[in-house]
Amino acid sequence: MSTAENYLTHSSGIRSWLLTRDHKRIGILYLISIMSSFFLGGISALLIRTELLTPNHALMSPEAYNKMFTLHGAVMIFLFVIPGVPATLGNFFLPIMLGAKDVAFPRLNLASWYLYVFGALFALASIVMGGVDTGWTFYTPYSVITNTSVVALTAGAFILGFSSILTGINFVVTIHKLRPDWMTWFKMPLFLWSLYATAIIQILATPVLGITLLLLILERTLGIGIFNPALGGDPVLYQHFFWFYSHPAVYIMILPAMGIMSELVSTFSHRTIFGYRFIAYSSIAIAVISFLVWGHHMFVSGQSNLADLIFSFLTFLVAIPSGIKVFNWLATMYKGSITLEAPMLYALSFLFLFGIGGLTGLFLGALSTDVHLHDTYFVVAHFHYVMFGGTVIAFLGGLHYWWPKMFGRMYSEKWARIAAVVIFIGFNLTFFAQFIMGSKGMPRRYASYPARFQPYHDVSTIGSYVLSIGFVIMAVYLIHSLFRGRRAPANPWGGTTLEWKCGSPPPHDNFAETPGPCEPYDFRGIVYDPAIGGYVDTARARS
Amino acid sequence: MSDHSSNPIVGHVMPLKTLVMIWGALLVLTIVTVSATHLDLPRIAIWVALGIATVKATLVALYFMHLRYERPFHAIIFVMAVIFVLLFVGIALTDTQAYQPDLIPGYAPGMGAR
Amino acid sequence: MAVTEAEVRERREGYESSRLGMWIFLATEILLFGGLFCAYAVYRSNHPEIFVYAHRFLSKTLGGINTIVLICSSFTMAWAVRAAQLGERRRLVALLAITIFCGLCFLGIKGIEYQQKWRHGLLWGERYHPVEHEKNGAAGTPAAIQMPPVSSDPNRSFLPLAAEGPRGLAPESSKPAPGGADAEPVPKNVQTFFGIYFAMTGLHAVHVIAGMILIGVMLVRAIRREFSPTDFTPVDNVGLYWHLVDVIWIYLFPFLYLIR
Repeated sequence: MSTAENYLTHSSGIRSWLLTRDHKRIGILYLISIMSSFFLGGISALLIRTELLTPNHALMSPEAYNKMFTLHGAVMIFLFVIPGVPATLGNFFLPIMLGAKDVAFPRLNLASWYLYVFGALFALASIVMGGVDTGWTFYTPYSVITNTSVVALTAGAFILGFSSILTGINFVVTIHKLRPDWMTWFKMPLFLWSLYATAIIQILATPVLGITLLLLILERTLGIGIFNPALGGDPVLYQHFFWFYSHPAVYIMILPAMGIMSELVSTFSHRTIFGYRFIAYSSIAIAVISFLVWGHHMFVSGQSNLADLIFSFLTFLVAIPSGIKVFNWLATMYKGSITLEAPMLYALSFLFLFGIGGLTGLFLGALSTDVHLHDTYFVVAHFHYVMFGGTVIAFLGGLHYWWPKMFGRMYSEKWARIAAVVIFIGFNLTFFAQFIMGSKGMPRRYASYPARFQPYHDVSTIGSYVLSIGFVIMAVYLIHSLFRGRRAPANPWGGTTLEWKCGSPPPHDNFAETPGPCEPYDFRGIVYDPAIGGYVDTARARS
Repeated sequence: MSDHSSNPIVGHVMPLKTLVMIWGALLVLTIVTVSATHLDLPRIAIWVALGIATVKATLVALYFMHLRYERPFHAIIFVMAVIFVLLFVGIALTDTQAYQPDLIPGYAPGMGAR
Repeated sequence: MAVTEAEVRERREGYESSRLGMWIFLATEILLFGGLFCAYAVYRSNHPEIFVYAHRFLSKTLGGINTIVLICSSFTMAWAVRAAQLGERRRLVALLAITIFCGLCFLGIKGIEYQQKWRHGLLWGERYHPVEHEKNGAAGTPAAIQMPPVSSDPNRSFLPLAAEGPRGLAPESSKPAPGGADAEPVPKNVQTFFGIYFAMTGLHAVHVIAGMILIGVMLVRAIRREFSPTDFTPVDNVGLYWHLVDVIWIYLFPFLYLIR
C-alpha cells in the first residue's frame, strides 16, 4: 500500500528537500518551520502567563515583559497564523484537490519558503539584539523613538509579507489555470474557495503593510517624519496604514480555517455540505468586506466621529457572511451520521469557540461598549477565541484529518481525542477568565495589576499550562505515528474530494493521469471496507 | 510594418503605427499638463492634473501594456487594485480631514528630545 | 528548430499563466505605491499651504524632461516586446539597450535633482535645513522665487517643544497670496513635503533600478539568442513591469511638481 513509491521516498538527501519544487515537500518544509514558530510563540506565552501569576515581579522586569508580549504577538501572527494554513495544508493539497501535478509556479513556491525563513531569521535577530517593546502593532510615535531593535523585526515582517504575496499569486493562478476542464468553479472543494478568497486578501492588503513598515524603517533610520508629530507627521495616519492591512490579515487567518471546517463537517457527518454556493460566496464576501472595517481598531485613537460611525456600522456587516457559514455547517450536521473522530472533535470545538469569539467581536464593534473594552483583556480574549479557538483549532483539525494522507500513517485515535479535550478545556480556562477580567477593567499589556484581578490571572495561567499539556500529548503521539503508526489506507475517513483518490502518501506526481469528473461532497457510494480499514468509492468507476 | 502581424503564442501583436501614435499622444498630453499649470485654476487644478494623468495612464495600460487585447480578467485585476487604493485614500482622507479641528498644533509631548 | 503544435499549446498555457501572475504582481505594486499616494493626499488636503510653498523648489523643467524620458522608454520597451514577438532579434537588442539608456538618463536627472536638494538643505524630517542660495543657483529653480526669509537659526532642526505652549485651535499659517512670493509667510512643517517627496521618488527610483536590471538581463538573453516568436514571455512581463514604473511616474510628476 504505502510501501509504494511516494513523494517522501521519491528522492532522498537534504538537497532534494532544500531544492525541491514539489509542492508537497514545500508544504512539509513550511509545516516544520511553522510548528517551530508556534513553539517559540507558545513558550513566550507561557512565560507571560507565568509572570502574571502575581502582580509582583516574578520572572522578568516590566521592560522585559513588554518585549515578551511583543515577541509573542509578532511571532504568532507573522510567523505562525498568517502563513499557517495556506502555506502548509494549502500548499500540500491545493494542487491535489485540483487533480493537478503542482502549483502554477513551483520555483516561486520554493522562493516563498526561503523568504519565510529569511524573514524569520530577521525576527530572531531582533530577539538577539535585545527584543522589541512596542507591541506587535509598532504604533508611532513610540516605535520611532524606542531604542529597541524595531528595524530588524519590521524588516523581517516586510520580508514575510513578500512570502505571503507570492503564495497568494501562486494560488490564484493555479486555481484559474490548472483546473481540469470538468472542474468548474462550483465543483471545486470549498477549501479551495477559501484559499482563493484568502489569496485575494494576501495580494491586495499585504503591500500596504509593506509600505507601512518601510515608512517606519525610514522614519527610524533617516528621520523621514511622516508619522512623527514633532516633525509635522500624523501618528493616527500610521494606524490607518497599519490596520488597512492588519484587519484583512485576520481574515487571511480565518478564511482557510473556515475552508477546513467545510471539509471536516461534511466528511464526518457523512453528508453533503449544506448551501455550497452560500459558503463559496460568503468567502468572497468576507474577503471584500474585510477591507472596509479597519477603523474599528481605532475607535479611541483620535479618529473622527464620522469614521467611528462608518466603521462600526460596516463591522456589523462583516459578521453576516461568517454567520451564514456557521449556520450552513450546523445544517450539514443535522440528520447526518456524525462520527466523533479527533478531526470532528476539533470541528465541534471550532463551532463553539469561534461562535464565542465572533459574538464578542460584535460587542467590540459597537462604539459605546468598545470605549470601555478597548485595550482590556476583553479584546485579548476575543482575538484569542477567534484566532486560536478558530484558526488554530481548525488547523489542528485539518492536520489530523490530512495527517494519514500526508505521511501514510494513522495516529492513535485514543490519544488524539484526549488531547483534543484537554486543549478545549485548557483553552477555555485560559481565555474565558480573560473575558471576565477584561470587562471588569483589567488592561492588556500590563505586567502588574490590582490585587482583585489575581484570581482571574491565576485561573488563566493554570489554563495555559493545561493547554500546553494538551500540545505536548499531541506532539508525542503525532511523532510516534510517523514511526509506529498503522499504515494508512487511501481514504481513512470517507472523504469525497480528490486527495482521497490517490495513495497515502501521494506519489510524486500526485496522479498517474488527471482524475475523471467527480462531485465533491457526494457521499453516495462511499462505504467502509474493514479489510483495508478505510473507505472505498463503490459508486463511480475509477480511472 | 504590416498591421496584421501576429504571433502563434499571443495572437495579436501591437502594430508599430499604433505604438508611435500613442507615444505622440503621451508627449502631447505631457506638454498639456505642464501648460495647464500656467492657467490659474486654484480649486480644480488638482483634478485637471489627475484627469490628464489618468488619460495618459490609461493609454499606457491599454496599448503599451496590451490590456485592450488581452483577457478582460487582467483589466479587472488592474482596476480592482486602483479601486482599493481609492478606497484607502478616500476613507483616510475623510477621517483625517474630519479630525483636523481637534488637533493642537505644536503639541508633541515627549517627542522633542530624542 | 520547428516547434510542434503540442509545444505551442503548452507554451501558450505557460505564457498565459505567467502573464496572469505578472498582472497580479502589478496589482501589489499599485497597492504599495497607493499607500504613499494616500500619505500625499492626506497631507496635501490638510496642509495645502505646505505643498504650494515647497513644490516651487522642485524644477518643473527637470521633472518634465524626466517624464518625457520615461515615456520614450516605455515606447521603446513596447516596441521591443513587439520585436521579440516577431523574432526581430537585432531590433529587440537595440530597443532594450535604448530603454536602459533612457532609464539611466532618468536616474541621472534624478541624481542632479537630489544633489540640488542636498546642497540647499531641502531634505526630509529633521534634516530640513534650508540655506540661503545665490541668484545663480541650481538650474531650473524659478528666478522669481526668493528664498523665503528663513532664520539662520542653527537650532531650526529642533522643533519647538510643547513648552512653547499649544497655540490652541488656531489654524495653520494663512495661504500664500497667489503669484506673490515675497510677502508670504513660511508655513510650518515644510519638511513634511520633502519627506513625502523623497519617499515617493526614492521608492520609484528603486523600482526604476530594479527594472533596469531586469531589462539588462533580458538584453543579455536576447544577445544570446534565447528568445523567439514562441518563447518571449520574460521580455513581455518585464515590459509590463517597466510600463507600470512609467505609469507611477505619470502620476508622481503632476502631484509633486505641478501643484500650481
